Amino acid sequence: MLKRVNEPVERKLEGIRIADANFPAPFASGLEYATPARGTWNIVHTGMLIPEAHEIFVCAASCLRGVVLTAAEMHAEDRFSTVEIKEHNLLDGDMEELVIEGVSDIIEKLPKRPPAVLVYTSCVHHFAGCDLGMIYRELRERFPDIDFTDCYMNPIMRKSGLTPDQLMRSRLYMLLKEREKKDNAVAIIGNDLPTRESSELMEFLKSNGLKVHEITSCKTYEEYQEMAESSYYISYNAAAVAGGNMLEERLGGKHIYVPFSFDYDEIDAGFEKLVGTLGAEMPDYSEKRKACDVALKETYALIGKTPISIDYTYCPRPLGLARMLLNAGFAVEKVYVDSISGEEKADFLYLQEHYPELLFYPTLHAGMRFMAKKNLSGYLAIGQKAAYFDNTNHFVNVVEGGGMLGYDAVLNTLKLMREAYLEEKDMRGLIQIKGMGCEGCV
Amino acid sequence: MKQTARIISTYSADTFGVCSALFELGGMVVMHDASGCNSTYTTHDEPRWYDMDSMVYISGLSEMEAIMGDDEKLISDIAEAAESLQPRFIAIAGTPIPTMTGFDFTAVAELVEERTGIPTFGFPTTGMNTYVYGASMAFEGIARRFIKRNVEKTVHLSVNILGLTPLDFSVNGADASIVKFLEEEGFEVISKWAMGSTLEELSEAGRASVNLVVSATGLGAAKALKEMFGTPYVVGTPIGKAYQKELKEALIDAAEKGETEVKVSNLPSCEIAVIGEGITSLSLAQAIELEYGRGVKVLCATECEKGFLREKDVITPDEEDVIEALKGIRMVIADPLYRPICPADAKFIPLPAENFSGRIYRNEIPNLIAGFED
Repeated sequence: MLKRVNEPVERKLEGIRIADANFPAPFASGLEYATPARGTWNIVHTGMLIPEAHEIFVCAASCLRGVVLTAAEMHAEDRFSTVEIKEHNLLDGDMEELVIEGVSDIIEKLPKRPPAVLVYTSCVHHFAGCDLGMIYRELRERFPDIDFTDCYMNPIMRKSGLTPDQLMRSRLYMLLKEREKKDNAVAIIGNDLPTRESSELMEFLKSNGLKVHEITSCKTYEEYQEMAESSYYISYNAAAVAGGNMLEERLGGKHIYVPFSFDYDEIDAGFEKLVGTLGAEMPDYSEKRKACDVALKETYALIGKTPISIDYTYCPRPLGLARMLLNAGFAVEKVYVDSISGEEKADFLYLQEHYPELLFYPTLHAGMRFMAKKNLSGYLAIGQKAAYFDNTNHFVNVVEGGGMLGYDAVLNTLKLMREAYLEEKDMRGLIQIKGMGCEGCV
Repeated sequence: MKQTARIISTYSADTFGVCSALFELGGMVVMHDASGCNSTYTTHDEPRWYDMDSMVYISGLSEMEAIMGDDEKLISDIAEAAESLQPRFIAIAGTPIPTMTGFDFTAVAELVEERTGIPTFGFPTTGMNTYVYGASMAFEGIARRFIKRNVEKTVHLSVNILGLTPLDFSVNGADASIVKFLEEEGFEVISKWAMGSTLEELSEAGRASVNLVVSATGLGAAKALKEMFGTPYVVGTPIGKAYQKELKEALIDAAEKGETEVKVSNLPSCEIAVIGEGITSLSLAQAIELEYGRGVKVLCATECEKGFLREKDVITPDEEDVIEALKGIRMVIADPLYRPICPADAKFIPLPAENFSGRIYRNEIPNLIAGFED
């Protein structure tokens, strides 16, 4: 049905050799492009992790459009409402009143009173100098039976202080109320996707008789509140660290950050910190290391020099993954990444020195609009954006680390690579689903 | 309270209307916004995104750039991209923060044009109107800038179709069906604004003897063409045989006499309600009244100029307005995302529309031009 009516002129964008790339921003900022790959979660998906909570967004129509349809696509319309800011509100100076009366109106109309309401304000409130403190005080006074928390859809602040992603992951736990701590209870925090049961983290926690709370498994608001009994908060997503620290300060438990990594020594170091804090003995992971080495060899024997591309949506350490694979002989040719996290500096420097020909491509750069291959390629892609740009149905369809951690992440990544090599997927269909893995997302 | 929606969706916004209108014309559209608008538009409002390499971008406005009034960053980013991408034109569309900071769209467009040598528009959308407002503004801008002035009108009946975007017509062949209808009725279709026509084809629009405005997004261009060439326009979407006949006669009348009216059916009863964009909904209402003799009330949820709707029709921008207007209605024809607020005892006929539910029901959007009777 669709026909291109204006054939674009050839507008190829060259990748940058890692040897020539700057840290942490290999590409100059400019106009930004959005790929059709949609699998990463947004603030609507993440907020819905709080069971029974109701989300209310107070924004202009253009901002509401994306979030309201996110909720509709995840069949959560009944947990989602909006207050629309119109032009006259900018002039009338009634922004506080609009939020208070709008949120109140919605709550009164809900068929059932929610235990918690997440109120999302936007860039406009920030620029109007809106008194958010007064708004929440008033709402809490009007509805003492509801727990309110402040959430934000203010992407204009993404370069100032905490990013919207960090903020959202901190807000997720702001509703937890202090309760008696249990020494044997821990909470894994900051993830959209549940931690895999096969991870060493889960194996360790459960084999040591610890009760594990994770928001992804909470079915009721009360179950969510039980997370507050935890004496330890474990995060492994860097974007969750700020939230973990806030939780530590507010509720008094201990926050432990165990970084996601593909480096065996870093995996062990993170774990040592964890078990040390918990007062347990460090397990012996030498067999896991061997298993990873065997899996790398077996995977290489299957995949060989098939060209590989990786993008940053797959996991928090795309450069660490490239390093591991390159060291094992794989033909990693490209990494799609717009900026490099501080945690990846060592991997960046290592790759610069040992694999200077590795290519970096951005995902946001305007020229990337024309970079998706027109015909299917022979690439094995790790991540949705890499799959899109390299136009391959042989790809690992995981976002945000997929609940993997430690040696389990190494083993599972290799397993998924083997599967992707052997079997094709419907790349076009799969990558366009928003919020991969969220309940209800289709 | 007005401005709240407990459960229903939000119509596509003016910023996205600009993008949708200009999508196929070889230009570069820049939404001047922090983040999010580009993803929203390309995910929910643009079914052509995967298959057509149109240049739609976001400026990535930051807090400091907004506070410091750093327009130079935007201008140089656009100039740099334009240099390598060579678009036919550039369009800058606004969002809430530029609106708040008093961003001067006209001045920045002039500066960009001066620097790049590429025709540049500054569309002062705010993100706080519906797509109708933005798309209409964009089509008008194209009309005033690109239509050739010194052209001869055709001696035979000819027409431009104004107001064609997937937001109202999806990508289910409805645009082609409108062309087919007009050609079968003896009209030469000069241009289609803007699905399936190039910028060159649009530039020939002054040759047409009459314009057909198939959605309110086409009104800006229709008025511009009337002003520039005296071309009359007829407003209506060709749905159903009976209403198509009325439209055809109105088009011929308009072409010959310069009149712009189409005969309106207006049964006194209101047992059925159609919710949606004004002109497509009114046309559907007309088709039902003419073919089935049942009174239909239109609930227009987008901008609609005075004079198009009948007395019994209502403007319903908010959820509360819709609920009130549906009291006593026995049948509702609307996007499925309206269903939760429809009267429980009313029959609900789903009529999905990209402008409201985005891509969710895309495969179920009917081509009413070809298949109204179905």
